[in-house]
Amino acid sequence: MERHFKLKKGLDVRLAGEAAATVRTATQAPLYAVRPADFHGLVPRLLVKEGERVKAGTPLLTDKATERINVVSPVSGTVKEVMRGARRKILYITVQPDARQEAVDFGKPDLAAISRDDALELLLKSGLFAYLRQRPYDVTASPLDTPKAVFVSAFSKMPLAADFSFVAQGREDKFKAGIALLSKLAPVYVGIAPEQETSALLPLPEATVSVFDGPNPSGNVGVHINHLAPVNKGETVWTLGAEEAIFVGELAVTGRVDFTRRIAVAGSQVAESQYVETVVGAQIAHLLGADTPAEGAHTRIIDGNPLVGRKVEATDFLGAHTTEVCLLPEGDDTHEVLGWIAPRLKQFSANRSYLSWLLGKNRAYDLDCRIKGGERRMIMSGEYDRVFPMDIYAGYLVKAIIAGDIDRQEALGIYEVAPEDFAVAEFVDSSKLELQRIVREGLDLLRKENA
Amino acid sequence: MIQKTLDKLRPHFQEGGKLSALRSVFDGFETFLVVPSATSRTGVSIHDSIDSKRIMSFVVIALMPALLFGMYNIGYQNALAAGADTTACGALLLYGLAVMLPKIVVSYVVGLGIEFVVAQWKKEEIQEGYLVTGMLIPMILPVETPLWMLAVAVAFSVIFAKEIYGGTGMNIFNPALVARAFLFFAYPTSMSGDKVWLAKDTFLGLGHTVADGTTLATPLGEAAAQVAPTGDFWTYCVGLMPGSVGETSVIAIAIGAAILLWTGIASWKTMGSVFVGGALTAWLFNIGGLEGNAVANIPWYNHLVLGGFCFGAVFMATDPVTSARTEGGKYVYGLLIGALAITIRVLNPGYPEGMMLAILFMNMFAPLIDYCFVQRNISRRLKRSQSK
Repeated sequence: MERHFKLKKGLDVRLAGEAAATVRTATQAPLYAVRPADFHGLVPRLLVKEGERVKAGTPLLTDKATERINVVSPVSGTVKEVMRGARRKILYITVQPDARQEAVDFGKPDLAAISRDDALELLLKSGLFAYLRQRPYDVTASPLDTPKAVFVSAFSKMPLAADFSFVAQGREDKFKAGIALLSKLAPVYVGIAPEQETSALLPLPEATVSVFDGPNPSGNVGVHINHLAPVNKGETVWTLGAEEAIFVGELAVTGRVDFTRRIAVAGSQVAESQYVETVVGAQIAHLLGADTPAEGAHTRIIDGNPLVGRKVEATDFLGAHTTEVCLLPEGDDTHEVLGWIAPRLKQFSANRSYLSWLLGKNRAYDLDCRIKGGERRMIMSGEYDRVFPMDIYAGYLVKAIIAGDIDRQEALGIYEVAPEDFAVAEFVDSSKLELQRIVREGLDLLRKENA
Repeated sequence: MIQKTLDKLRPHFQEGGKLSALRSVFDGFETFLVVPSATSRTGVSIHDSIDSKRIMSFVVIALMPALLFGMYNIGYQNALAAGADTTACGALLLYGLAVMLPKIVVSYVVGLGIEFVVAQWKKEEIQEGYLVTGMLIPMILPVETPLWMLAVAVAFSVIFAKEIYGGTGMNIFNPALVARAFLFFAYPTSMSGDKVWLAKDTFLGLGHTVADGTTLATPLGEAAAQVAPTGDFWTYCVGLMPGSVGETSVIAIAIGAAILLWTGIASWKTMGSVFVGGALTAWLFNIGGLEGNAVANIPWYNHLVLGGFCFGAVFMATDPVTSARTEGGKYVYGLLIGALAITIRVLNPGYPEGMMLAILFMNMFAPLIDYCFVQRNISRRLKRSQSK
């Protein structure tokens, strides 16, 4: 029997252009890329040279610290370019795909008999381990740690987010196999939404399934951890995206990697919002096809959802952890006279000084990317706590991070949070502070100090 | 069109421009006229429409009923004292407006002037906090406060209660109350007594001249002088009685309270518990039977509608910056303000009103209250990590 958690805190924002439950299969993109920055915290060491032939599953880079965490090529082809930025930091490793795809065979594991070490080794070798993230610090997991649990969230309540139930349709058995393999590493906890209780994703005999019922960010894995197994100092918890559990399942079932995933292409600037089946690392312009914004168009492409995702260009590549790509109006050409006092019926606010609450909860808004206010000091109290369903004083934690007071950050629970947990708080913040950036920098600094 | 004009003007105000010394002023006006089209670079791509301009202007809107009633009351008291016709609503209001307008203008010019200078100096955007403070200060002073005193108090509070702490959001004490406290202790004769609650001169030909010796005591002032106050609950609610400009009408304040609570800008927890704390304490004094103390024997329900209690509870105690920030702390903070305000009224013969001191005192203790609540969370986390 699953444990039910009813969450009150949080805020759902509906945006126009949610992806319809239809799939378009993208043709092969002309270029794929691996972006080391997607594996935050991993210091990459390059393993390939330009012009080298690779298969899907051939390691392109590994981590400098342990030399065990491989990041592999998602497709077979030729390494085209290693794009470097300032101080020779690797930005992208691009791979030009072959017409005929080949994958490295890692050997089909025997799920019933495989040991923890063998399972770990298989995941490391195949590049799937790199997809695991850890709390504390929200960085790529380390094979040297023994986590107390692995958390997978099977849903997201972020605006325009892909619906995992639909993404996994037809691949539920792979998802289950993935969870089975993960359970060799540590106890697995899967968080689901109430409507998934009867879906084909269950039963999951190897995992502890819990139901989380509440508004965004109830789908955040951080919220699940906080309710089920809060991270204490010195403990580690690993997390994995549900879509990436399917990759693990693919490996468990076939012994090969297959980075094909369904991406929701959504937002008000998309002609026909739907799911696109493509491979991780595909060039975004190819993924978007006809929806690619024209040069100079005031449209923002977001690799991810509008609350957590990253602003990208059409020439960039699909991120490793990305589950949706969103197109929103940038809004930098909008000049709204006296907007701060206008009724602004078409814009969303959680605050009742706007009348958007009158129009019902299910109205979908077409929001642009303007900040709509200047950055101020924290003035209102309790703003963050209302949308932060964890036993943590979010405002005080943010202040401790800004102040750089490490002892106080620890005391207030920084080990339990990731930047994405602050996304909704950042959205509602009337002081317009960049909370996710603040938390990210705080976590990075803390990790350096504790190293 | 506005945008084009602004675009044309902007170069003059930027670094190196002819008018770069006025950059913060230009910035302030620009963001006031047109929502900046700056878009987010990191973090969330979309933002809620709320911003501190909106929040602050809603507080100012919430103050309007009390201000309008206060203006009317100024005219009413003036006409009453002069023995003239008190039925001409428009004329009374107009007189009140003529009396109040210079005060509001002085308050804003001095306060915002300092804010502009500080913003320019610190190369920051102008903060909106003073929009509220600047409206509050004239409303919590007696009507006869001279303009120069107002200006001095505003300058003192903006500089010493706000800017030296780092500006809006960082201050410990409510700047409006600091301004009042400053005048209260620096010029006590102009701030209390029987002579300050009545506008005595004609203003631009409006109103009536009242003899200089005429006095008007507030009900609390009467009680402090051991005279049983005349009037009943209903009179106090309507508020056609002497008092600081904004504080007399409970009805007008209640409209403001409704706006603040409905929009969620003020915390109902703070506001409600101030009333609960005040009512309980006043009730205890009622049944305590303090002989010969007229203030202690004012019925508890009258205590809540007299003096600055309502105004303080609705507009001052709920200031999010200076009040407790934890949800649990808001109850404690509010209860103690209510209790302290009544206690000061009853037990201190020197000050007929206790709300200002109670709130300032609790402003000081708000961080301590929060500390206790945050510390509980911290100990819980510590215990969890040790108990495994």
